[in-house]
Amino acid sequence: MTPEARHRPPHLRPAYLLLVLVGGALGTGAREGISLAFPPVDGIPVAVLVINVVGAFLLGWLLDGLARRGPDGGRRRPVRLLLGTGLLGGFTTYSTLATDAARLLGDGRTTAGLTYALLTVVVGAAATFAGIALAAVTHRSREARGG
Amino acid sequence: MGDVTPVVFGLLCVAGGLGAAARFVIDGFVRERTSGALPWGTIAINLSGSFLLGLLTGLVAARALPAEWQLVAGTGFLGGYTTFSTASLETVRLLQERRWAAGLLTGLGVVVGATAAAGLGWWIGALV
Repeated sequence: MTPEARHRPPHLRPAYLLLVLVGGALGTGAREGISLAFPPVDGIPVAVLVINVVGAFLLGWLLDGLARRGPDGGRRRPVRLLLGTGLLGGFTTYSTLATDAARLLGDGRTTAGLTYALLTVVVGAAATFAGIALAAVTHRSREARGG
Repeated sequence: MGDVTPVVFGLLCVAGGLGAAARFVIDGFVRERTSGALPWGTIAINLSGSFLLGLLTGLVAARALPAEWQLVAGTGFLGGYTTFSTASLETVRLLQERRWAAGLLTGLGVVVGATAAAGLGWWIGALV
């Protein structure tokens, strides 16, 4: 690596960008595959709700687990960018959540639209919290084993 | 909505990767230029992406754009560009730090704002 490249911020390094791109493509493909397999129920995109909640859980678990193993460097950063920023970032989505909520509200289905949007955010936050808690528990048991 | 042929699915995946890379660059750019508790990068990305998906959906509904655009540019690029998992993590971190106002704003405030932005985009797109 040239000295100039070493000082370049992470988001402008081609290798990191490529990791995010590959992870994002895989995550997007997984999201679309699941969405196609589980069509909306009565206009409510249940698959996207589950994808967002599961992705929120996994990102909390992944990032907290990585942070507990040490600073964001070495092998941890490429793993974070490929699986966190790329894969789980592309797997979960906000624009579809907002557009589907707007569509439900626009169709006069106020309760459905509000419930869908607020449920995603509240259950998503709980899932993230659970993922962080799981990372903390597994880290403690690993330390107890002297690992 | 257009059929998800293998070619459209492949383009959708590549577009999702490009969207994720665009998010990475824009978030890094915003992070370098802002300070404070609020995750402005993710907020700006999710609000702008929701507006653009609403606009795209409105344009496709008005038949101003072919349906494949919805899949590749919408589900693919804008789906990969915007993210829920990072937004949720940033919200939870603020709540764990007991920054209640900032946490509520990034959690509930952004979902209300993004839904309004998507609705506005859709309305503009349907007018065209």
